Amino acid sequence: MTISFRLANAGRLGRAKSVRFSFDGKEYAGVEGDTLASALLANGVHLVGRSFKYHRPRGILSAGAEEPSALVGIHRDAERKTPNIRATVQELYEGLNAVSQNRWPSLSFDAGSVSDLASPLLSAGFYYKTFMWPKVAWKSLYEPKIREAAGLGVAPDLPDTDHYSARYAHCDVLVVGGGVAGLAAAFAAAETGARVILCDEQADLGGALRYEQGATVDGQPGWEWAQATVAKLAAKDNVRLLTRTTGFGYYAQNFVGLVERLTDHLAQPSPDQPRERLWQVRAKRVVLATGAIERHMVFGDNDRPGIMLASAARAYLNHYGVAVGRQVGVFTANDSAYWAAVDLKKAGVNIAAIVDTRDNPSGRAIEEARALGIELNLGRTVIRTNGRLRVSSMVVQAKKGGPERTIPVDALLMSAGWTPSVHLFSQSRGKVAFNKTTNRFVPGDYAQACVSVGACNGTDGIDPSVAEAFAAGEKAAREAGAKARKLSRPKAETSESWSRGMAGAAPGAGADAKSKAFVDFQNDVTAKDIRLAVGQGMRSIEHVKRYTTNGMATDQGKTSNLHGLAIAAETLSKTMPEVGLTTFRPPYTPVTFGAIVNHSRGPLFEPTRKTPMHDFAVARGAVFEDVGQWKRAWYFPQGGEDMHRAVDRECVTVRKAAGIFDGTTLGKIEVVGPDAAAFMELLYTNPWQKLDPGRCRYGIMLREDGFIYDDGVVGRLAEDRFHVTTTTGGAPRVLNHMEDYLQTEFPHLKVWLTSTSEQWAVIAVQGPKSRDIIQPLVEGIDISDEALPHMSVRTGKFCGVPTRLFRMSFSGERGFEINVPSDFGRAVIEAIWKEGQKHGACMYGTEAMHVLRAEKGYIIVGQDTDGTVTPDDAGLSWAVGKKKTDFVGIRGMKRPDLLAKGRKQLVGLKTKDPKTVLEEGAQIVADPRQAIPMTMIGHVSSSYWSENCGRSIALALVKDGRSRMGETLYVPMPDRTIEVEVTGTVFYDETGARLNG
Amino acid sequence: MLLIRCPYCEQELPEIEFRNAGEAHVARPPDIANENDADFEKYFFIRTNPKGIIYERWRHVHGCARFFNAARDTVTDRFLLTYKAGEKKPKKLPGAGKQ
Repeated sequence: MTISFRLANAGRLGRAKSVRFSFDGKEYAGVEGDTLASALLANGVHLVGRSFKYHRPRGILSAGAEEPSALVGIHRDAERKTPNIRATVQELYEGLNAVSQNRWPSLSFDAGSVSDLASPLLSAGFYYKTFMWPKVAWKSLYEPKIREAAGLGVAPDLPDTDHYSARYAHCDVLVVGGGVAGLAAAFAAAETGARVILCDEQADLGGALRYEQGATVDGQPGWEWAQATVAKLAAKDNVRLLTRTTGFGYYAQNFVGLVERLTDHLAQPSPDQPRERLWQVRAKRVVLATGAIERHMVFGDNDRPGIMLASAARAYLNHYGVAVGRQVGVFTANDSAYWAAVDLKKAGVNIAAIVDTRDNPSGRAIEEARALGIELNLGRTVIRTNGRLRVSSMVVQAKKGGPERTIPVDALLMSAGWTPSVHLFSQSRGKVAFNKTTNRFVPGDYAQACVSVGACNGTDGIDPSVAEAFAAGEKAAREAGAKARKLSRPKAETSESWSRGMAGAAPGAGADAKSKAFVDFQNDVTAKDIRLAVGQGMRSIEHVKRYTTNGMATDQGKTSNLHGLAIAAETLSKTMPEVGLTTFRPPYTPVTFGAIVNHSRGPLFEPTRKTPMHDFAVARGAVFEDVGQWKRAWYFPQGGEDMHRAVDRECVTVRKAAGIFDGTTLGKIEVVGPDAAAFMELLYTNPWQKLDPGRCRYGIMLREDGFIYDDGVVGRLAEDRFHVTTTTGGAPRVLNHMEDYLQTEFPHLKVWLTSTSEQWAVIAVQGPKSRDIIQPLVEGIDISDEALPHMSVRTGKFCGVPTRLFRMSFSGERGFEINVPSDFGRAVIEAIWKEGQKHGACMYGTEAMHVLRAEKGYIIVGQDTDGTVTPDDAGLSWAVGKKKTDFVGIRGMKRPDLLAKGRKQLVGLKTKDPKTVLEEGAQIVADPRQAIPMTMIGHVSSSYWSENCGRSIALALVKDGRSRMGETLYVPMPDRTIEVEVTGTVFYDETGARLNG
Repeated sequence: MLLIRCPYCEQELPEIEFRNAGEAHVARPPDIANENDADFEKYFFIRTNPKGIIYERWRHVHGCARFFNAARDTVTDRFLLTYKAGEKKPKKLPGAGKQ
């Protein structure tokens, strides 16, 4: 049975329900309203983890989001094991299962702690120095070993079963932080009728009122006023209160990211409930009321379990009713720690001594401590502590040295002063200013419509904070457009006040001190490391930070940054503002990948596009491939065929009888208007003016640089109307390219562009029997070879629905592409399929389509071209209008390098062994016996087995390819070198006789 | 996420509706086919890439689909002005020099 440190007459949790939980397999009891940290402390557990680098025992430093030490894994179930959870913010729930991290075999005996003894090896910059050579050892030894030894929690190894949601929100005033200032600001803004969002990271609003005992607002005790104000705000329709919600990122134009935790505090969350909700808020005005964070004292062995921030001990006492020890010491440079001692003493806890580095502190805090009979050691310092797994004593000495005195303690509270939380302000690109009097950075110049109030603005004292916040809330609301009568603000009082405190190493932890005085607990950075970094030449604080990793852990240096800066400044003999503060970046506290990724995973990662004939293809047994967002039928295996056999059969059937193919994914753009032909002249290399209505042409589009951008068959339907097709993936960018030129370079042209990709379903029927197959379905169009020759287009009816019927071919066979309105695609392909079966036709997929076009040497833009290929390189000079005086790319094409000799040209390749199929992307060399690295003269762009040719075929881009016809070249592969012969690009029906039927 | 005012829609809308389209006021030479290499290089390759005010093109691609021009401070990301395609480069910018 563990001894309870829960006090009967302290805290607000009262006789709350008991909650069972486990830590490292051991069962404990806490109460409802506890955090994991307060529940562990109530059970006398201070040792909760091992440190990152030295594996030193660590306890609980804080009672809030700034916690650098008490990081644990929360294991809900096999899938949901969340590492690096701060015990100080994890709310307790029945059955909570927490495990400590970075220790082996156990928390109390950690074999890795020998690295503490080997610490000279692990000093600042050790990554850069110790482990650099030999190079091979980095990969095999250092890197995996360091990863194993240094680190925090273990990432979950199963997919996250939780789901996450997201919302956008707009408001007049967003208030971040729900302490006394945030509540006052939100209340004032809300009273004006403005739309207000107030968020706070805690489950209950109230901020520092949680532990500040003496404060009263509007005559009520502070915490009670806070809860009453929350109730008033919650009742208002114009206010959205978000608790357990962290404002983590402040982006341009008052766009603030919040993450709301919805289930992490629940014993049994509903599976329907999202774990977290990401809020993306656009606020007309932002009020930052993010408070201040207490700094620890930097002195020897300041990291033992039981050593914590004074304000944290106060929160555990005054809110959770937990005494952090029975014999408590205090080490401070600041008044506020006295109040912790006073509160504890009043609750019956023995205060061993207060050690204050100041010689003559004065004020109510000091008087009250004296009055309670607490021993004060003024002008003294703590030089080290003792204890293995928990602090057992502190060693006190005068600042100038002299005799040491050891005072037994089981907890040591410390306070070096308070650091205003300017994180979000700094993220908003505001510039911080250093206040010399109070020794702190506070908001200076603002970059956005935002204001800081209360402690984060460096405003000391509760009444000035309330006054400032209330006025700021009202002003923000009015600036956002609200109009209301003059409001009167609440009045606040407190016995407490702020004092200057100190930054940097405490007296006795100077350059000659031997023990480790930690600055950054999470990354195990000591005062010595920072001095070492400066000594080794780091001058900029940004360099010191990276060299030592100070402030670079997941706590982002909330407690350590200012100390680190002060030590660096002192070592450099400069002032803090001269050395400068490092930049704060989002997120303020760690945000889960789940909240960021949100719904965008699995099938919702991106849209899936299916053609109207998709289900028809599924019913025919199609195997699909992803082409951009499209699902395209890849091949149609029959009777247990593998892909190879299915594609062979499809290719042969198309050339012997016919094949039916879903070409819907082709991009389609309607170019309409009196200047349509003139526009086409400018956007494509080809001449269009003389193309007769009813005829088609293969068009090539260039960018201004002269390289091929897209291609496709264009049909002229009328003098003023073109039906343009683009590659499947190219449709949006081609339309964008056209719109760009039409709107900005050729705005005088009367042309309208419309994407019709989704409007037309396209069915290709290719092969010698194609005309016989579609003949019975066509109405009003003569489809004889004489009336409808290759590269023609007609409108009419197909299966009774309107059609644009193209006579064209991407297979080299007589072919038709039947465009019908999308809604009829499925019915029409079924009708064609019915007819096709009578003639021995097959369905074929994209793989057979690729093989068939390669047999004919037809290129695919993006496969046989790569953005550096000119029409001439691709053997398409014939498609460039020689008499044209302008088109996009006309000048780029004439650049010297594009006309020079030695360019890569598209050719065919035949392997010497016809059975060998080359790998696409394989490199080509002229001489396989040359030394490595060889001179590569080209690469294979397309390669297939062609059943129709009875051999492998390939297309390749080869330097001076067209002058190498018949030459033997070589394709070196890991296991052998393949001999190939350079050929023309057409492997089948070289004369093109089959095209014309 | 930035808010960008579309001069055609006359509304301030989120950045995800827009797409940047490179530097503005780079006119395509009327007789481009006969440009010499140096002039073509200037037109096609050379951009200002300033630290400070940049004049650039945007397209309201998920809205009205119009291209327009904007003056933006590359240091703060602040949009000082947006204006329609074809309008002259403004001589004065509202709030220029301010942070």
